[in-house]
Amino acid sequence: MLQSLTFVLSGQAGQGLATIEKLLSQAIKNDYYVFSTPEVMSRVRGGNNTVEIRVASQPVDAYKHTIDILFLLNDHSFYRLHDRINEKTVIFGEKEFIDEDVLNTTGATFSELKLEDLASDAGSTLYSNTVLFGFISGLLDLNTKNGEDPIRKNFESKSDKIIENNIKAFHKGYELGKAYDRKIAIEKTDIIKNHRIISGTEAVGIGALAGGVNYIASYPMSPGTGLLQYLAEKGNDFGVIVEQAEDEIAALNMGIGAWYVGARSIVTTSGGGFALMEEAVSLAGITESPCVIHIAQRPGPGTGLPTRTEQADLNLVVYAGHGEFPRIVLAPGSINDGVLLTQRAFYLADKYQVPVFVLTDQFYVDSNFSIEPLELSDQYLESHVVESDEDYLRYKVTENGLSPRSIPGYGKGLVKIDSDEHDERGSITEDFNVRVTMNEKRLSKQDLILQEYIEPELIGPKDYKKLIISWGSTYGVIKEAVQSTDHEDLAYLHLKEVYPLHDSIAEYIDQADDVAIFEINATSQLANLIKLHLDRDIKTRINKYNGTPFSIEEIDANIKEVF
Amino acid sequence: MKPYEFDYELDIAWCPGCGNFQIRNSIVDALRDLEIDPTQLVLSSGIGQAAKMPQYINTNYFNGLHGRGMPVAVAVKSANPELTVIAEGGDGDMYGEGGNHFIHNIRRNPNIVHIVHNNMVYGLTKGQASPTSQLDFITPVQVNGVRNKPFNPLAVALSLGATFVARAFSGDPDKTTEIIKQAIQHDGYALVDVFHPCVTFNKVNNFKWFKDNTYYLDDEYDKSNVKNAIDKALDLEKYALGVLYQNEGEKSFEDQLHVYEEDKTPIVKRKRNIKDVETLLKA
Repeated sequence: MLQSLTFVLSGQAGQGLATIEKLLSQAIKNDYYVFSTPEVMSRVRGGNNTVEIRVASQPVDAYKHTIDILFLLNDHSFYRLHDRINEKTVIFGEKEFIDEDVLNTTGATFSELKLEDLASDAGSTLYSNTVLFGFISGLLDLNTKNGEDPIRKNFESKSDKIIENNIKAFHKGYELGKAYDRKIAIEKTDIIKNHRIISGTEAVGIGALAGGVNYIASYPMSPGTGLLQYLAEKGNDFGVIVEQAEDEIAALNMGIGAWYVGARSIVTTSGGGFALMEEAVSLAGITESPCVIHIAQRPGPGTGLPTRTEQADLNLVVYAGHGEFPRIVLAPGSINDGVLLTQRAFYLADKYQVPVFVLTDQFYVDSNFSIEPLELSDQYLESHVVESDEDYLRYKVTENGLSPRSIPGYGKGLVKIDSDEHDERGSITEDFNVRVTMNEKRLSKQDLILQEYIEPELIGPKDYKKLIISWGSTYGVIKEAVQSTDHEDLAYLHLKEVYPLHDSIAEYIDQADDVAIFEINATSQLANLIKLHLDRDIKTRINKYNGTPFSIEEIDANIKEVF
Repeated sequence: MKPYEFDYELDIAWCPGCGNFQIRNSIVDALRDLEIDPTQLVLSSGIGQAAKMPQYINTNYFNGLHGRGMPVAVAVKSANPELTVIAEGGDGDMYGEGGNHFIHNIRRNPNIVHIVHNNMVYGLTKGQASPTSQLDFITPVQVNGVRNKPFNPLAVALSLGATFVARAFSGDPDKTTEIIKQAIQHDGYALVDVFHPCVTFNKVNNFKWFKDNTYYLDDEYDKSNVKNAIDKALDLEKYALGVLYQNEGEKSFEDQLHVYEEDKTPIVKRKRNIKDVETLLKA
């Protein structure tokens, strides 16, 4: 039986919520499962930002709407959280942060917590967040050492005095939290003690390194920028060239240029930035250049909601670029997926000489998950590049459609790449027969790619009669809901390779009497692709597109209604 | 067979009398004189008549998209600094469509040669104005004459700190070869803007016009002085030919990359150890 508590910290931009989220997750994972997700406005200071931290007896990689314990860190955030509070919610904060009407209508309990006063006692009001860290640690009955260690690590560049004051502040909060008379009824576990807390961004970054990435040129755009920064942070140790491109057009052309001479590159962006890369995707298509593109989706069109989440760019990547050519779209759901699918993306790009997309979203990249210490395979680092001889032909027509790919300077041959239609040598041609041959050669790779289709993940009974389908970051929330449902014949199918689609997906659909598909978009883009490519019409389509992820409550309610 | 020649007959898409033929010969002569092995050279170009150059020089090439010869070239050079890299295209390709890459790659200072064919008109799209078209030039689009001021690539490059800035004229093959050789030997970004006539679409700036409106910098000219160079670049009465500016002391983009600080091995020749990556997943 799942026991969990949802903590929410509500403050403003610039108030250090990300730091306290990090410290808390580190401390909590020694005793409980933990998942956290921030919700921020597109601004550098002010506004209202929150971070949700779920503490549980089992894995809970999902957003929960209802708040059990709320900490108000300023006075202009309460009203936004109105509908997340009920009579069971306990609210901590300064008295003046509270709106009495909201308190009365929701029936929530208020308990005064003067963080700044406690922080002053420890040396300065600057330590307020550390007091809060201590308070929550006390509430959860964590070992104080598990709180002190992350403090020392986080502040290691600061003076001893600052570190000691923070630890003093932690203990002040801890004692108060421990004394608070609320029983936390969550069974402790040490299973994830040796797990690491990482964000979706880091998972993709680690996967890229595991796939051999040694080049990234990108232009900053939320929420895709994190990967550029992560690889910059690791780049010196791992030998990665990191360059901030002048625009997204340059970024992907640089990425393709790097692959041309044998590097393994990735670019990262969001939908709007990717729109600028589309021409280069088409370039990769005709030149049969490998490339890996990470897109962290946010709601559009246009600038949309820069710091929120959506899954509305699946069509964009499936159809990106003029002309017809194959591609692969991978969409991580679990935190392991972020690592393993991204690693696999490099191998697939190299082997099939096609663009490979890693399609995430804001909720996925910004949330923090715990990940087990994975053993990674180095088979995906194996290069498919061949040494050229004097007669080398870059676009040699072969039986399986794949032309052996060499790189300049590796062998006696020459490597000629052309964005015009070209012959086997790579020279411009307007011969219609050659055009047909080359077009068919390129398109034939789509079937080859399906031979290595990445299996979807089925959760629940194999002999299911009811089936939920989803893709990408909705994994955690649907998994949690399906695992706790009363429906014994309900299973959940999470697609990892969303394009091209394999026929086996149709078989999963055919087994069920009732099928529903859940997507964070308004037009059911995956459902439409399934209809188009597999001729299966999933009629029950659950959509959300207000910029926030599905909550556990929403999935539960939809399951009740649909099945 | 000499290096850079083909063992089959080429079907060349340029008009008879086009300056591109002479530019091709100058590039090939420069590469042969410097004994650069065709397998160790990459030509990166965009789209346009000038950008077809790699089709006619037998070496490695990446004939990519309009305006995008530079980003590919810079990536090639930084991923494998052992290669010699030339980015080539026309005035519309490199200064118009690729304008942002022109600006920002000068700031990067990659060790590549940037050859821009400047005939002040669009060829492949048939006669529209280019960024360098002169005022009042009449075209099928600019039917009342060009109103936008001509782009001044040399002045722009100098103002951004380019480390090698030159202008050549296709009508003087030997001098052009010499300038291209110097550009290849320069350690850093080297712009060679090459004036040449478009015999089909530009009847104003023809061979005679270029002859009459240009002159070569003499031996007395101090190419290490950027102020001299800017004066020359801004002088539109008569266009200076030769190397206007060279600064030999600056580190190139690749040399400044952290990955090459201690180990010069190109990243494309290195191997990743999966065990190192696994440490990132340990608590």
